Amino acid sequence: MAETSAKQVLFEPVFNNNPIALQILGICSALAVTTSLSVTLVMCASVIAVTAFSNLAVSLVRMQIPNSIRIIVQMTIIASLVIVVDQVLKAYAYEISKQLSVFVGLIITNCIVMGRAEGFAMNNGPWLSFLDGIGNGLGYSVLLLIVAFCRELIGAGSLMGYTLMPLVNEGGWYVPNGLLLLPPSAFFIIGLLIWGLRAWKPEQVEAPDYKMSRHKVKEAF
Amino acid sequence: MAKKPKDTVSRTLGVALALCVVCSVVVSAAAVMLRPAQITNQSLDIKSNILAASGMLEPGMGAEAIEDRFQEFEVRLVDLETGEYVNPDAVGVSDIMKYDQYRAASNPEISINLPTKEDMAGIKRRAKVAKIYILRENDELKRVVLPIHGYGLWSTLYGFMSLEGDANTIEGIGFYDHAETPGLGGEVDNPRWKSQWQGKELYDEGSDEPQIRLVKGGVSSDAQDKEHKIDALSGATLTSRGVEKLVNYWMGERGFAPYLNKLRQGDA
Repeated sequence: MAETSAKQVLFEPVFNNNPIALQILGICSALAVTTSLSVTLVMCASVIAVTAFSNLAVSLVRMQIPNSIRIIVQMTIIASLVIVVDQVLKAYAYEISKQLSVFVGLIITNCIVMGRAEGFAMNNGPWLSFLDGIGNGLGYSVLLLIVAFCRELIGAGSLMGYTLMPLVNEGGWYVPNGLLLLPPSAFFIIGLLIWGLRAWKPEQVEAPDYKMSRHKVKEAF
Repeated sequence: MAKKPKDTVSRTLGVALALCVVCSVVVSAAAVMLRPAQITNQSLDIKSNILAASGMLEPGMGAEAIEDRFQEFEVRLVDLETGEYVNPDAVGVSDIMKYDQYRAASNPEISINLPTKEDMAGIKRRAKVAKIYILRENDELKRVVLPIHGYGLWSTLYGFMSLEGDANTIEGIGFYDHAETPGLGGEVDNPRWKSQWQGKELYDEGSDEPQIRLVKGGVSSDAQDKEHKIDALSGATLTSRGVEKLVNYWMGERGFAPYLNKLRQGDA
């Protein structure tokens, strides 16, 4: 029982309950950091680390946290972890941390981290919470990596910085689609992905908020 | 839920205090322990940008190779007004490498406010003293690398321009920090575009007024003044205009022209 639920906690968020595709959380950074695959990979690793360890920390102290200040306590834990991650990146992955610039800091405001701390870690044990953090981080990462793959390949003709399709202005044949390097393109790709995911798993389709009633009034012929 | 014992005032304060102590210890420990590595990264980054602008950076160069190459440069501080070298203590630093021209621009004692008319590059303030990099070979000036910056379309572009020993011919240009539109203005990073700067000349003979122009439609081999003209970036009129203005500002009389003049006459 414990094992199946651990597995569930870890893999459920990847496709069945994806934080971006189903809960539509964390879109902001999904737009900003997905222009190249290598930058996205580092961002994903950072988010996984922060969600996992903040869930772990919140879960460990969940019995001690007074109800009235629980949100600010979670926030403080998350913020501290984000600063640590930022410092580590600046020390060991300087080039990429320069490109990520402010978006590492903005992991603090990523709804996924806070949402999992409040929604899961406050009510579950440390080990499960830790796995839940990794799972949700993975769910976020899968989507981001797909978006980054499309954007870098079509927008810049390369993957991980290696040129696959030589660009026209560097003497090759591929005319890049510059739109893919601008933020709106991430919306299109995420939209298409959500469409695809819900066509594959129709149970994710939300019930419509309202229904058009039949048109009854006869108007002029 | 056992709500009662958790929510007393003293307990709330206690938990908050304990949390703050733990978190601040974690954060400051990380900051202090990683600081040396971060400083090394930053200075290495600037050095590799200088090498890149002067075409001395080869792909795959490691940290040590970059340090080695950079050792060949002589670092000097120049007073832009007079074009004279100054000592580090004139700008209040003990070590020349510690001087940060861009931070100095916000210190009123060692920087000046630029009136709108003179502020071609859109930078509002600039430091009085600039940090430059000189390379000599057998006592002869081989190249000089100058910091340049100015406003493009969305962002301030920061970069270096490298000049040959005659202090007039451009050897290379490179921007290491900007946020121009990818694919359009962002093409200032394109190696093919940057390569056309090589061999262009800043000044007409006997003049101190830089003549660089970024023109639309390419520069044909029989164009007039082609030694001053560079093909502008397609679809990036404002970035191109910004680059033209910032180069002409920094190489002009309010920028490095007094110093370069001295350098040409062999006084510096």
